[in-house]
Amino acid sequence: MRFSGLRILKEGLTGNKGWSPHWRNPDPKTEYDIVIIGGGGHGLSTAYYLAKEHGLTNIAVLERGYLGGGNIGRNTTIVRANYYLPGNSEFYSHSLKLWEGLEQELNYNVMHSQRGIINLFHSDGQRDAAVRRGNAMQNQGDDAHLLGRDELRKMLPFLNFDTARFPIYGGLYHPRGGTARHDAVAWGYARGADQRGVDLIQNCEVTGIDTTNGQVTGVQTTRGPIRAKKVAMVAAGRSSQVAQMAGLRLPIESHILQAYVTEGLKPIIDNVVTFGMSHFYISQSDKGGLVFGGDLDFYASYAARGNLPGKEQVMEAAMTLMPAIGKARVLRSWGGIMDMSPDGSPIIDHTPIGGLYLNTGWCYGGFKAVPASGFALAHLIATDRPHASAEKLRLDRFETGIGLMDEEGTGAQHNLH
Amino acid sequence: MRLTCPNCGDRDSREFTYKGAASMLDRPAPDAGAAIWHAYLHLRDNPAGQVEDLWYHGGGCGAWLIVTRDTITHDVQAVQLAEARNAG
Repeated sequence: MRFSGLRILKEGLTGNKGWSPHWRNPDPKTEYDIVIIGGGGHGLSTAYYLAKEHGLTNIAVLERGYLGGGNIGRNTTIVRANYYLPGNSEFYSHSLKLWEGLEQELNYNVMHSQRGIINLFHSDGQRDAAVRRGNAMQNQGDDAHLLGRDELRKMLPFLNFDTARFPIYGGLYHPRGGTARHDAVAWGYARGADQRGVDLIQNCEVTGIDTTNGQVTGVQTTRGPIRAKKVAMVAAGRSSQVAQMAGLRLPIESHILQAYVTEGLKPIIDNVVTFGMSHFYISQSDKGGLVFGGDLDFYASYAARGNLPGKEQVMEAAMTLMPAIGKARVLRSWGGIMDMSPDGSPIIDHTPIGGLYLNTGWCYGGFKAVPASGFALAHLIATDRPHASAEKLRLDRFETGIGLMDEEGTGAQHNLH
Repeated sequence: MRLTCPNCGDRDSREFTYKGAASMLDRPAPDAGAAIWHAYLHLRDNPAGQVEDLWYHGGGCGAWLIVTRDTITHDVQAVQLAEARNAG
């Protein structure tokens, strides 16, 4: 089934009776070449790129719940390539390029909207840092413009530019950044993988990882054992538990990150805006809700909901930056489980067990990484060599101290990112 | 979430700063070797369920605390002074 404007028109005029399910619902086979643990954004894109780029289709994606029911459905949907350090810079740049062709490639509307991201700065020191970051982005081949106060006032007239404590000096503008419809990204990749023959198996929890002589041989699941030559662990939010089944301890702590959405409002915010002096960022969804968030709650948690102090911090920052938001009512808030790595950057790598691959440590940045993460992990699984865009996302960088990617410059230590 | 400090009593969690897993108390010997130091500094059990972690009562008595709590429900089961464990 191909989507097109003509098809939508035809279906609309004939009672929408011609649509079919976007993917099959197969029972697991007893053996696959490749098993991917985790049917979220990263797992589904990995399966898609294995099929499309490498012609490998004897693949199962095992999901303990429903497809896209984890962090891919719990984020604030921001897509950007504004990283500073080598390693992250080329990886997210590659991801943004994949985003830009994604809807045509998948024949699926993921509502990718390049509305631009503006990172505000509020001091001379922050301006210098923004210039340096902008130069790094341009050196990577991505776009960055420094905006002054007067230009920004025209673009974002609803912000409070003149608070005594945090006056707005300007902003770093990344026009190719923006947002996308998070669920649709998972669904689009799921449909694309399914069309190429990948089995997407839901309600199938992995309960064990089988190894023999240091080589993976398959997995145990709630729907029976499945043999596999290669197994990829792509279970953000539960990475440590999955790895433990293979006897591995990961450099990961799981933390809660809250997000919020208001009632639907008329258009007010055209871009994504981030506050430079406190953790706060905001955009407006196509339905009109203001979608915003802030920092971690800063204690280990798997609760998928946060506590009141985190909410207060975000609401205070929102009122400082954008006083008009005080009139909007918050509809709901929720939490996602972040795999926090010691340096705040992700891991796509082999494990010490042959045929067992690891994708983890996405911290707050997993959504925008979905295309490049799947692309790079598929390359690693298919060729056993890292893709050029992801060769620095190594598991051993914490042990060796070589190639740490500490964007915030706070140290490669838990609880600092 | 509230924590009951052994010195100060029942307090709002805003008074406390989270540090991380209580395994940070089990500092290896300086010459224990790179693998053991790597495990100490970076690797974590990171359980979904009961966990012991370190909190600092900066808004109160200034003591380091070991909090036993559930990472799925946020229930707090026990709070003890870190110095009591080190003494034992």
